Amino acid sequence: MSFSPSLGFAKLFLPSPSLLNFMALDSTAFSPTSLDEAYELLTRFVSQAKIIAGGTDLMVLMNARQLNAERFIDIWALNELRGISDEGETIRIGALTTYTQLIKSPLIQLHAPALAEASRTIGAIQIQNRGTIGGNIVNASPAGDSLPVLAAFDAEVEVGSVRGVRRIGFNEFYTGYRKTVMAADEIVLAVRAPKLKPGERSFFYKVGTRRAQAISKIVMAVKAKTTDGMINSINISLGSVAPTVIRAPQTESLLANATLNDEVIWQAATHLSKEVSPITDMRSTEHYRRKVARNALAKILSQMV
Amino acid sequence: MAVGQNVLRKEGYEKLTGAARYIDDITLDGMLHGKTIRSSIPCGRIKSITFDPDYDWSRIVVADYRDIPGNNYVALIENDQPLLAETEIRHCEEPILLIAAESKHEAEVAARHIRIEYEESPPVLTIEEALEGDRIIYGSDNIFKSFLIARGDVDEGFKQAHTIVEGEYRVPHQEQLYIEPQGMIAIPGDNAMTVMGSMQCPYYIHKALKHVFNLSDEQVIVIQTTTGGGFGGKEEYPSVIAAHAALLAHKAGRPVKLVYDRAEDIAATPKRHPGIIRHRTGVTKEGQLVASEIDILFDGGAYVTLSPVVLSRGAIHALGPYRCDNVRITARAVATNTPPNGAFRGFGAPQVTFAYEMQMEKVAAKLILDSVTIRQINMLREGDITATGQRLNWSVGSEDVFNAVVDRKKFFEKRGNAADKSDLRGKLYGIGLSFFFHGAGFTGSGEAKMKAQAGIGITPEGRARVLSGSTEIGQGTRTIFSQIVADELGIGCDDVEVEEPDTSRVPDSGPTVASRTCMVVGRVVQLAAYEVKQKLLRFVAERYGDADVKLIEGRFDANGKELASFSEIARAYLDLRGELKAYASYANPPGIEWDDETYTGDAYPVFSWGAMVAEVEVDPVTWAVTVTKITTAQDIGRAINPVLAAGQIEGGTLQAVGYGVLEELVWNRGRIINNQLTNYIIPTSLDAPEIETIIIEKEYPHGPFGAKGVGELPMDGAAPAIALAVYDAVGHFVTEIPITPERLMVVAG
Repeated sequence: MSFSPSLGFAKLFLPSPSLLNFMALDSTAFSPTSLDEAYELLTRFVSQAKIIAGGTDLMVLMNARQLNAERFIDIWALNELRGISDEGETIRIGALTTYTQLIKSPLIQLHAPALAEASRTIGAIQIQNRGTIGGNIVNASPAGDSLPVLAAFDAEVEVGSVRGVRRIGFNEFYTGYRKTVMAADEIVLAVRAPKLKPGERSFFYKVGTRRAQAISKIVMAVKAKTTDGMINSINISLGSVAPTVIRAPQTESLLANATLNDEVIWQAATHLSKEVSPITDMRSTEHYRRKVARNALAKILSQMV
Repeated sequence: MAVGQNVLRKEGYEKLTGAARYIDDITLDGMLHGKTIRSSIPCGRIKSITFDPDYDWSRIVVADYRDIPGNNYVALIENDQPLLAETEIRHCEEPILLIAAESKHEAEVAARHIRIEYEESPPVLTIEEALEGDRIIYGSDNIFKSFLIARGDVDEGFKQAHTIVEGEYRVPHQEQLYIEPQGMIAIPGDNAMTVMGSMQCPYYIHKALKHVFNLSDEQVIVIQTTTGGGFGGKEEYPSVIAAHAALLAHKAGRPVKLVYDRAEDIAATPKRHPGIIRHRTGVTKEGQLVASEIDILFDGGAYVTLSPVVLSRGAIHALGPYRCDNVRITARAVATNTPPNGAFRGFGAPQVTFAYEMQMEKVAAKLILDSVTIRQINMLREGDITATGQRLNWSVGSEDVFNAVVDRKKFFEKRGNAADKSDLRGKLYGIGLSFFFHGAGFTGSGEAKMKAQAGIGITPEGRARVLSGSTEIGQGTRTIFSQIVADELGIGCDDVEVEEPDTSRVPDSGPTVASRTCMVVGRVVQLAAYEVKQKLLRFVAERYGDADVKLIEGRFDANGKELASFSEIARAYLDLRGELKAYASYANPPGIEWDDETYTGDAYPVFSWGAMVAEVEVDPVTWAVTVTKITTAQDIGRAINPVLAAGQIEGGTLQAVGYGVLEELVWNRGRIINNQLTNYIIPTSLDAPEIETIIIEKEYPHGPFGAKGVGELPMDGAAPAIALAVYDAVGHFVTEIPITPERLMVVAG
């Protein structure tokens, strides 16, 4: 063990170069006021810049010193990324739409109620005021609470870059744990969710670590159409049970055209517990997640009877 | 009268308006920012420490154990914990180096340029591993301390028993989670050191600093700044932070601030002792306890710190508030390679309370007796004798608290209403009962040895000023002291000031722990106020002749004639006689005797008593337990300030709800990995039940205005009450807390 011989407090009285004093001075934040300006910055820096909007995920990482980005592109001023609009068959939700706006939106309440329900379970009021749906999508956490709803609704993500705009099916958006199909210079512009059709219902079910301010141990969304207890179509999606938000195609096809009764419900629910691939982590166990996936689906299906 | 009134908090305005300054709000000229470099392994030796040669170290102050002028230990019960590791590493997060820089950020950056290499040894991480003894890390058997409490003839008792019931119960670590993380600022002087910060016990830090720097009493000054909660977590560990900050300040010749962020605070500072508690209970056919054998194991962590006293309190409370003539309680605290466990509200009692109340229910179930009857049969009442042979002579509110919460009809109506658990739409409902007690003040001869001191001074304006080392940590010390003094002197609370805890200005009142501040120090403050009153009465009598002088409602009367106000007379005293101060010190009430050798006698001068009914809903889809309502009655002698007392009871109960159902540390090879508020789950307001608090006042003749301890009692009863409500709801007996959904699913699923 040895110390540098030059150590000594006398030298500390020298005036200090202020550059090192603050984290903020180590990094630069750009605040584009138009989408074109944002595209230009993204083209210039490609993966050397981090897009920041509400900051509800990034600030936590920064605080824990787990994020060391040198450049930020703050897109909060891009009003063209705000707003919820009725496009006929679909609802278009701008990427900067906050959870609070989703909760309060009559369009969402009417045409995608599960999304409002999911938004209500995210963080605290302060987080809901600041966190955005675009942020939830690009953060790509398997526990993102709005994501199963988007998966169950077969939503579409609209991404843009200098090269133009493209649409990606939400269920093709994630390629692995915290990985998406987006290029480094792309930005999420909006997400489109098809409206519920007559006879369709949506369900949202979250099991958090406590009753509020909780990260999901398991989260589930279901969209289904039933006629007289028979399932015409059903989409089942889950979070926190795999490296990404997933759909459960086997369980879905097991249920397609099935007439719901206790036995069918239990069979499908039991199948789902085998179809998911959860792990044990600091928040829950594999065993628990499988069992609760089963129970939650059974509960949702029993509400359709 | 001020006592019994909901007088506003003395420091409430400053806290409410944000004017109160916590340690991290304070910046001094020339102040540096410190950082602690900690071990990343649980057990082994330091092989090398390398400072990146490409980094500019001239701007950084670095201190290691060789910079300590005095002794490299944290003075406490044993002096076995080094202030900074030399070569041996005994737990993760053990402090090795200290650095200071112009900014917190620069210190963070510098820390990344230090590389420490270790030679790892296999660690001892659990109580079981410590007892197996394959690897010895302390003494000859990994046991820090053991106690035996024996009364009567246990073997004979078991022979008389109609039924013998055995049970094993497990309790976890728990984090105090005070809202303000720990922190200190040290200011070096000429052969002197001043430290200020967030703390419960200024004189603990004072003692620790004297040993580290070889300084005298006068050369060390410790000042408490506004402190955002403690719950025991700021009892012993602040000595470490204070000495670290002081060592850096000493080396730098400049003030140094050392404030932990939440992640470091949770990872490195002490937790509640986890434990395994085994009961073997013999009962008659009617349900009377005739033999009780209890074995307690606590995980002390890597150093002794406070484990012996936590263990002692656990052992003394282990039988619970029940009568049994034949008792054998064995208790051991073991060493493991985990951060030392320490003080946390309840101090060993919440652990054993969970065990004895679960065991009581198990005994009742075996005999087909109900929860109420089994407790009524065995309950300690006035005149009864405890496990240590203490006869309960006064202030025994056992029946009062019990009867207050158990409205029999309602309790049994609600009991056993559990719905069919296969119905996934319905919640399962359950109700559970717990009964408990908590000794107030230090255990055994602690208070007699401590001789807590406090004083009352008179300010130039003629006001009374309380001089005490007891700290305000949110529980109301300043307010209740002013109420006690106001009534003793017959003046208003606004005419009582409370001196800042500063070791150069206040005497050693002992630590702010053990539910002792009101009952023990409050009593001493009252005695000192009485002394001041006597001095002033004599003064008035002398000045006005041999008159019949009285002090009534803030005015002095002589022979029935009004003379002057308290403050006028007090100022006159200062003018004519100079300073007016009186000190008093604590002595146990007459007849209190304790034998440390045999562990028999009066363990505490008095006990506080509690009973609690918890109501829960269990969701059969998720197995999550929601505590919907808690009804509790607690006998605390006298509520000096009922709102503050009820606040203590509600807060302690909620902290115990967390202990019972939510809070769990996740470990990976001796390291806590959920050291964030995101993943260490405490109750939010939505998780908090409605709490109905009933305060029972069986006055304690030797407490100030009849008061006993209140701080810790509420922490004891909730976990078992909830676990028994869950038992009622799902029909399964959960012997380990917290009752997380994952655990309950395994037990009941």
